[in-house]
This record gives sequence, structure tokens and C-alpha cells, in this order.
Amino acid sequence: MTDKYLRLENVDKFYGPIDLGVHAVRNVSMDVAKGEIIALLGSSGCGKTSTLRMIAGFEATSRGKIHLAGREVQMLPPVKRHVAMAFEGYSLYPTVNVRDNIAFALKAARLPASEVDAKVGEVAEMLEISDILDRSPNSLSGGQQQRASLARALIRSADLFLLDEPMGQLEPQLRTLLRGRIKHFLKERGMTAILVTHDQTEANALADRIAVMEDGMLQQYASPAEIKDRPANLFTGTFVGEPPMNVFPVRVSVEGGKLHMALEGGKELVYAEDAFAPEVRDAIMTRRDIVIGVRPYTVRRDESGVEATVLTNQWLGDQSHIAASFAEATVVLVEHDRADVVVGDRIAIRLDPSDLHIFDPATGMAISHGRGLA
Amino acid sequence: MEHTSTLERVLRAIAITLVILFFIFPIFWIVLMSFQTNETILRVPPSIVFEPTLQNYQALITGELDTAAGKLEFDFMSNLFNSFYLSTASVALGLILGIPAAYAFGRLKFRGSEDIAFTLLSFRFAPPLLVLLPLTIYFQKLGLADTYFGLIWVYQLIVLPLILWIVRGYFEDIPADIEYAYRIAGHGFWATFFKIALPLAMPGIAAAGLLAFIFAWNNFIFALVLASADKQPVTVGALAFVTASGIQYGQIAAGIVLSILPTLGLALYAQRYLVEGLSLGAVKG
Repeated sequence: MTDKYLRLENVDKFYGPIDLGVHAVRNVSMDVAKGEIIALLGSSGCGKTSTLRMIAGFEATSRGKIHLAGREVQMLPPVKRHVAMAFEGYSLYPTVNVRDNIAFALKAARLPASEVDAKVGEVAEMLEISDILDRSPNSLSGGQQQRASLARALIRSADLFLLDEPMGQLEPQLRTLLRGRIKHFLKERGMTAILVTHDQTEANALADRIAVMEDGMLQQYASPAEIKDRPANLFTGTFVGEPPMNVFPVRVSVEGGKLHMALEGGKELVYAEDAFAPEVRDAIMTRRDIVIGVRPYTVRRDESGVEATVLTNQWLGDQSHIAASFAEATVVLVEHDRADVVVGDRIAIRLDPSDLHIFDPATGMAISHGRGLA
Repeated sequence: MEHTSTLERVLRAIAITLVILFFIFPIFWIVLMSFQTNETILRVPPSIVFEPTLQNYQALITGELDTAAGKLEFDFMSNLFNSFYLSTASVALGLILGIPAAYAFGRLKFRGSEDIAFTLLSFRFAPPLLVLLPLTIYFQKLGLADTYFGLIWVYQLIVLPLILWIVRGYFEDIPADIEYAYRIAGHGFWATFFKIALPLAMPGIAAAGLLAFIFAWNNFIFALVLASADKQPVTVGALAFVTASGIQYGQIAAGIVLSILPTLGLALYAQRYLVEGLSLGAVKG
């Protein structure tokens, strides 16, 4: 039961009439275990907030079922779902001060005042808002309101915690600090949480598993490491990772026992035939036209490689980002030492077979990661 | 940081004085008139020096007036009561019907909601005279003519669209997530409506209620046609001062002063809610 604590089954959301209106969430199914932290990651309008609001009960599901803690909840009003939520727009009650905002649900549940005070104090200290508890929400900055709103959600005892862009308004340093504290807070209490974010750093740092969404569809639902190492399709491959994955269309042929990948612009990458597992080779050869993806930090400079021309070279203080024109497109590579190349320099680039992600150009689905099949 | 020159300040003071004079003078003159007899009012040239008398107010309150043409009887105080009763009851009914409707139009988008809301607003487009004749006939057939109930019903034409459209705007300005936050914290739909939506829209409701009250109070034409002497409000009752022996300016002025007082009082009372309304803008996320 614990691994299916929250379960979405073929959930659809249409704004407007079913099958005719805007199809915001398309046939999403996912399971969340008790105590897990899940991030819904995607760009604006990908359906992640709609999904969250359907779980909360503010949006009706058009089709599909939602189970939470052993109950089927998609028909229940929000009040009966036992979930807590932090809203993107904060939505603090404007008529009462921050302390009462945070304590609202506890007071409604008639907890003893001493217990309420202790809990408010604890969560306020964690979120660095102890000094503004007596102020009114209207007098606060966006970041302060956001933390108050987050505190109001986290203080509750609920079956599930829904956090909509919980740290979007915070300064970078505070965000990094609170990320760790919030994760600790959730884990220590075994709270199950779903956060919506478009910030992949936040998703990677906080979540046990990430659900990547695009165009209303769940693209991949896996651990941060797996999403990085084994992206399920071109979208997740290019969406997750900073800087983004380099992607090139190639045509494959075998000549003289070598695998040739012809890039646009006439250059080609040549690999030994046994550089890929036989089944990968078969999958490549049946398609012939494929898309290869390679993470910037795995692109090597090597005299034996394919020629490229440097377009920019930025030193970010701890790593160099070099962009070079390559195969009628741009390749980005990351090096940890200060690179000594300047604009216009010719460099040679090597892409190791173990670092290649190969995708089907028609469906975008991954064929292989490194040597093995996807 | 004050950069205005003396000249600018003087000119500004003069401009403000002129505006105040323009708006306040008629009321000031009426207050003066209400303490005079017809003879001193009609003096040529007029003067603000006179011997004040409470005769007009006395006549209004007792309902009897001795004129040159004989004794005149009228029932101003009951007219005042009628005005008060009709306006209060109309606004109360308008609020009871209008607030939930405004919430529904503002929050719950349903098929045809805009059309219904617009239809209700369109009641304000038609001149009252247009509907008055059929309305009179219906009311006589239904036995609603010359009843408080009938008048309050007709007054809904005036107050309901006003309340509905003003309060709707206030409901729409409250971020829906505030209500969601309250609901998800374990409260039902009705608790949310009464504890969150209603208090946050209170300034709008106060403003709408006040405006509706003034509109209802000032209504003349519906009451003129649909009410007889014992149900008519002051607006119609004031006609009694236009008598065969001349127009009783003094009593009219006193009547106006008395009939301004309730709305003035209400406006002063509602002011603090109206001011609160301005600070509501900060709620927007």
C-alpha cells in the first residue's frame, strides 16, 4: 500500500467541454509512495499546476481517478481530501497577521494554545520568518509572503502536501538554505509532498523522483539521477540539464567494419563497430537516420576529433562554457579548468560512444544510452 | 519638500472655495429657508438676515399648517417613515438576493451567466415610464398596487442590478486562492463564503448598499403611480406643499432638510467601510 499512497490513474483535464476544450492534462498516471517527495517539473502551461489542483480538488478531473491514502478522492470536495497546499500567489488571509495565518488550521482544529505557539515558532524559525509573525500580510515583501504561505501549509497535519512553486520569490542564497531545511523537515516527519516547479535545480535538490511534464503529458517519471543519465525521450533529454544537452541529427552507415555517423555539413563521427552493443547497432541500422544527444560536460577536446570553431568562451568562476559551431549547429562543452581558447579558434571535438544518447528522430523516444539499449 | 508658491496656494484655495460654494450653497440656502416663513423667503431682494422660526418644522411634525387659505393637513412624518421603510426593506431584500447572485456571477462560471447578469443590468437601461403602465395594470390585477410589498418588489428594479454589479466586481477582485486556502484547511463552501468572501467584499457591499439606499430613497415615479397617500414616500409627499394657496417654500425646505438627514447619517456611518475598501486593493497577489 505504501508505494501507492497517492495514485493518479489515466487522469485527463479539459478546460471547456470534454474532448473539445483545451486538453491541459493528457492521460497522466503516476504513483507516489508514502513519505516521498515528488517534483512536477515543466515549463509554463505544461499542465503541472492543473495536475496539482486536481489532486487538491480545486479543479475537477475530466476523466480518470485519484486515490489518496486508500480513498478514491477525485469526487470529494477539497475539505474532505486532507491535503495542505501552499499557493503560488501566497493567498494569505489579509485580515489577520502572519502568526494567525500560519496557525489558522491549528486553531480551527482546537489545538491547545501552547502547542500551536510551539509549532508556529518551530516552522517560523525554519523558514526565517520569526521576526515578521506579528505583521500583516499586506506589509510584507513577496518572498516573506511566500514563506508565510509555505509555513501555513507545512504546519498542518495532512495526508499530502502540495507546494506550488514554493520558492519562486526567494533570493538565491535563501532558496539554497531553505531547500535543505524544507527537505529535512519533510523527511524527518515522513511527510508526502508534491511540489510544482520550473526550476530543475530545485527539483533535483528536493525531490526523490521527478515527473517531467510537457504539453499535458507525463514525459518521464524517475529519480533525478535516472532522468539525467537515461532520459526517456528527446524532450526530457534537452529540458533537464544545464547547459542543455547537445543534439545532432546523423545518418549512419557501416564502412570497413566501422560505424560512420554523417553529421550535417559533411563531417562525420567514426566509431568502432563494437563501440555499441549488438542490439543497439541493430536498432541504429534499421533506422539509419537517428538523433544523437551528448551532455556538455562529456564533450571532449581531442586532436583526433571533428573540427569545430569557437563562438564564445565564458569563464563562470568554476567552469568554462565553450560554444563552438559544429555540424551546421552549435555544440556546447563544459570544462572545469579555465579554457585558453578564444573566439575563432579551431578546436577538435570527440564524442565518446559511452556518452551518446541515441533517439528516434520520428518519435523522439530514446533508443540507447551509452553502450546499452534504453 | 513643499515647492508650491504662496500664489499657487492662494489660487488653489480660491478654486476650492468656489467649488465648495457651488455645491454647498443650495443646501445652505435650503437650510436657511427652512427656518423662515414664506414672507421672508419671497422678499426682494433676498437677505440672509431674518428672524428664525421653527414654525415649518413644527408644522411638519404635527402635520397641521395654518395658511391664509385655511387649515392644511398633511402627513409628512408618515411619508418620512414610508421612505425609510421602503428604502431599508428594498435594500435588505436586494442584499439578500443580490450578494449570493453576485458571488455566483463572479466566481462560478456557468453557461449563460453573462447573459443573465447583463439582462439584470438592462433593467436599468429602460426609462421607468416605459414599464410603468403595464406594471400598473399587472399590479392592480394582482392586488399588489398600493402595498408595501408591491413597492419593495418594484424597487428591486432599482437596487438589485446596482448591488449585483458592484458586489460582483468586489468578489472577482478577491483572489480565488484565498478561498481555496481556507477550504483546503478544512472548511466547507458555506463557511468559506461567510468567513472569507463576505468579509473581504464588505466594503463593496457597504458601498453598494449605500448607493442602493440613496437610489431607492430618491425614487419618485414608481411611488407616485403605485402608492396612495398612506404608502407614499417623502419624494411624492412633498407635492402636498404645492397648494391652491401657493407653494409652501418654508415647509418644502424643512421637508428636504429632514429627508436628507437619514441618507447623510447613513453615508457618514458607512464611510469607514468605504475607506476600508480602498485598502482592500492591497490584497491582490
